[in-house]
Amino acid sequence: MAVTGLVIVAYLFAHMLGNLKVFLGADAMNEYAAWLRRIGEPALPMGVFLWVMRCGLLLMVALHIVAAAQLTSRDRRARRVGYVHGRRRSLRGFAPSTMRWGGVTLALYVVWHVLDLTVGVANRDYVEADPYHNVVADFSVWWVDALYVVAMLMLGLHLNHGIASAARTLGLAGGRVGIVGTLVAVVITAGFLAVPIGVMAGLVG
Amino acid sequence: MKLTVRIWRQSGSGDRGRMVSYAVQDIRPEMSFLEMLDVLNQDLITNGEDPVAFDHDCREGICGACGVVINGRAHGPEQTTTCQLHMRAFRDGDVIDVEPWRATGFPVVKDLVVDRSALDRIVQAGGYITAPTGSAPEAHAIPVPKHDAELAFDNATCIGCGACVAACPNGSAMLFTSAKVTHLNVLPQGRPEREQRVLDMVAAMDDEGFGGCTNTGECVKSCPKELPFASIARLNREFLRASR
Amino acid sequence: MSVVQHHVGRPVSDTKAPDVALERRWDERRFTAKLVNPANRRRHRVIVVGTGLAGASAGATLAEQGYHVVQLCFQDSPRRAHSVAAQGGINAAKNYRNDGDSVHRLFYDTVKGGDFRSRESNVYRLAEISTQIIDQAVAQGVPFAREYGGLLDTRSFGGVQVQRTFYARGQTGQQLLLGAYQALSRQIDAGRVEMHARTEMLDLIVVDGRARGIIARNLVTGQITTHVADAVVLATGGYGNVFYLSTNAKGSNASAIWRAHRRGAYFANPCFTQIHPTCIPRSGVHQSKLTLMSESLRNDGRIWVPKVQGDTRSPDQIPMDERDYYLERMYPSFGNLVPRDIASRAAKNQCDAGFGVGPGGLGVYLDFGDAIQELGRPAIEARYGNLFDMYQRITAEDPYQVPMRIYPAIHYTMGGLWVDYDLQSTVPGLFVIGEANFSDHGANRLGASALMQGLADGYFVVPTTINDYIGSNTFDAVPAAHPTVQQTQRDGQARLERLLSIGGTRTVDSFHRELGLLLWDHCGMSRNESGLREALERVPELRADFWHSVRVPGEGAELNQELEKANRVADFLELAELMLVDALVREESCGGHFREEHQTAAGEALRDDARFSHVAVWEHGDRPVLHREELTFDHVRPTQRSYT
Repeated sequence: MAVTGLVIVAYLFAHMLGNLKVFLGADAMNEYAAWLRRIGEPALPMGVFLWVMRCGLLLMVALHIVAAAQLTSRDRRARRVGYVHGRRRSLRGFAPSTMRWGGVTLALYVVWHVLDLTVGVANRDYVEADPYHNVVADFSVWWVDALYVVAMLMLGLHLNHGIASAARTLGLAGGRVGIVGTLVAVVITAGFLAVPIGVMAGLVG
Repeated sequence: MKLTVRIWRQSGSGDRGRMVSYAVQDIRPEMSFLEMLDVLNQDLITNGEDPVAFDHDCREGICGACGVVINGRAHGPEQTTTCQLHMRAFRDGDVIDVEPWRATGFPVVKDLVVDRSALDRIVQAGGYITAPTGSAPEAHAIPVPKHDAELAFDNATCIGCGACVAACPNGSAMLFTSAKVTHLNVLPQGRPEREQRVLDMVAAMDDEGFGGCTNTGECVKSCPKELPFASIARLNREFLRASR
Repeated sequence: MSVVQHHVGRPVSDTKAPDVALERRWDERRFTAKLVNPANRRRHRVIVVGTGLAGASAGATLAEQGYHVVQLCFQDSPRRAHSVAAQGGINAAKNYRNDGDSVHRLFYDTVKGGDFRSRESNVYRLAEISTQIIDQAVAQGVPFAREYGGLLDTRSFGGVQVQRTFYARGQTGQQLLLGAYQALSRQIDAGRVEMHARTEMLDLIVVDGRARGIIARNLVTGQITTHVADAVVLATGGYGNVFYLSTNAKGSNASAIWRAHRRGAYFANPCFTQIHPTCIPRSGVHQSKLTLMSESLRNDGRIWVPKVQGDTRSPDQIPMDERDYYLERMYPSFGNLVPRDIASRAAKNQCDAGFGVGPGGLGVYLDFGDAIQELGRPAIEARYGNLFDMYQRITAEDPYQVPMRIYPAIHYTMGGLWVDYDLQSTVPGLFVIGEANFSDHGANRLGASALMQGLADGYFVVPTTINDYIGSNTFDAVPAAHPTVQQTQRDGQARLERLLSIGGTRTVDSFHRELGLLLWDHCGMSRNESGLREALERVPELRADFWHSVRVPGEGAELNQELEKANRVADFLELAELMLVDALVREESCGGHFREEHQTAAGEALRDDARFSHVAVWEHGDRPVLHREELTFDHVRPTQRSYT
């Protein structure tokens, strides 16, 4: 869980930085996207690096989900008879108790996100090789914005607990682990949220 | 005070068990929670009913025998042992739910009594320093930095009550195991067996059917001895170190 | 005055202590003790009953030596034995402080503290072994308090003027017990200790005059099982719960030693019980147990009562000159640090005279106001924080703001089964260790000495002396079908069935409370002839009533906590009578045994060495038979204890 999760966090961080290129204009964004395909040239053919990345990421996500499923089933086995007295309130905040169904929601969102902005089948206004256009077009639709904002807040909660938890699982015991985890979660979430807000506020497009 | 207590009654491991409601009267605020159960039991016996079985012994918060889930919280609304919880924490007319620890590793024996021998087996797997009687060097031969001694003590203070497992949403015994590993691994005396200890104890913990730790921290919120949350990360570090 | 409740038998004596210089006796005994070939040890089974400091350390050590150990505890885990609750510390003559301590001084202090009613040989050995205990515990990882340099810290404790007490915050007993429990766990894992938790000894099997096993009840299934062995070690603790309210755990009981007594083991000094001065006063009739506050509190706390009887003002409204710091007034050189028996009795006297505070006037103030002013709250917090928290949790009063209220409570029993220097009882093969035996504390135990004695017995003494017993005897197999085994098992079964079949109207607890109150009133902190005689009439009546009208619900073949209690209370009802007889016969005051007829003009305990410099050793019978063990003091000269 911890290793795959942290690899995904690293990817998310890079992804978030890339997204912010949208504020530098269409050329910067599209050039960045094109560069992603050219990495490794001429040793690697065009786009191979990106595909390696995508496969690696998919594998991480898959392993993350498998590990989560295993852990969940182990935890269910560890308490076959539950408590009668209500659902026990979490004493340590919202995030830990939302890891499981929050994770499932995020997985569903990622599927939609790929269909929307990578493959383009879920986006009526999709233009191949013009991510700037696609992003701006997407976030001009109010319900896409709403969906995206909710998903990112969910992501934030997931990361808020997940990063610190992963660090602890890997043996980091310091008192600041929780604060650093929250900080990273806030930065990533804010970075992602900046794009739709920018589009809606007219700063982009 | 007059109270209603709803208590888990289960005659044995073969019985399915159910919550049964009892009215208790003449409860005074300075009574301990267990003394409230005493009052109930005296009434039950006098009326020809079977008293509620519950584990308890020292009644001063150190033996770790007592422990029930009260209104969904291990050891009840205050962070202490059940025997040190007093009825002043409740109000006249309250309805109080009392349930046994729930974990596959802690099967119910009767009513509120569970079998916690799994915790003993985790210790047997490696929760000791091999020092046969008579083999000890002079006590001052190995100075131990005060900080390490204090850290060891903070972890050694565990009373083995099992509240951490009961409170954990995953039924994990990580806090218990990590406290013993930290206590022994941080001391110079415990160094020679450091790696084997953590590997064996974690394996024993997994064998007992406890859940996995997801660092929710529910355990430390219910721990009457306030064991440090950081011990769990320390256990993970010791485990990774030993697994290399 | 003659007492008709008993017969007098022939004197007994300890024949095992070698007749050499005091300092050489233990060395000599270890040398003369027979050894058992290590390869043969695993063929010998030893039963250890109890897993407190004495039992766990003995079980672990015997298993390390190679014996096949069968061990029992009534708790659900060996880690919960009541040694876990000891707070203050453990004494050892390490002299790390260079403050004049030595083995001889620890020996002297213990004999004197015990008011000259203990055996010199045993106490000297205890002092000698004390240093090894610290080494052993440190090697096991017991996290004793340390100085910044990394060396062990010590403090002074309860009635001595050297700093020889090692401690682990306020949880020394817990930490030492966990050390022994972990050593025991290692042997359980290795298959050398067969551990039976939630199992209680019901009776001793004596075949051909020797202890050859026990019968026990599995407390979960109710099954009665037989365990046969070559030797039996009882490490079952004291009998303080005979008083119902005590600082003992609820389950602590005297059944094992009482059953053994009925099977032939003599019982020594049953009236020697210790009252601890610093306990939290009871809050009402529902009270189920009393909680001790470490007497280390007396190092900084000052004890006082109002100078006017029945003063109901809150303590902060009582000005300094209207307070009586009675311990400082009466004992100027020791002040608040006088031994436990003296501090307890002084508190009782103040309360009896109407100066007591709190509900029912059963309490005196233990005030940290001056200490907080002088040293600052952080210093007091560092020293006693956990104790203050405990007090606040129980009483809902903040001892940083309001003085604590304390009152004495039954805490420890110096009496127990009689043992010789080898810790062997009068039944060959039956060894008794820790609080369960009578040996080392005389008429009063010093603070931080119980942990020392339990571990000395368990780690070092009994593993040596049991070798001698096993090495010098031959053991025929005792089959389960042996008539004595069968009979003992039937006796145990019949007794439980009888308890279940009475079907009366009173609960076990109601009898236990009544017995406890009776003993507290007449055989507690102070005793007198008429009170003892009155109680001696009442106890047999109460016992008859118990067997006639107790109600034990449920069945035998299940977890039945009322049946467990009933079985224990039935034994307390017999033991109580022997305590009363012993207290009546001992017409002197010494240590924890204070006979009102025998006191100095200043109200101190007045010993009568000419008539009572002996251990009272009781044999069971229709009427108890008193055998005396004369005590000789060759190295310490008995004096009138003086702490003024």
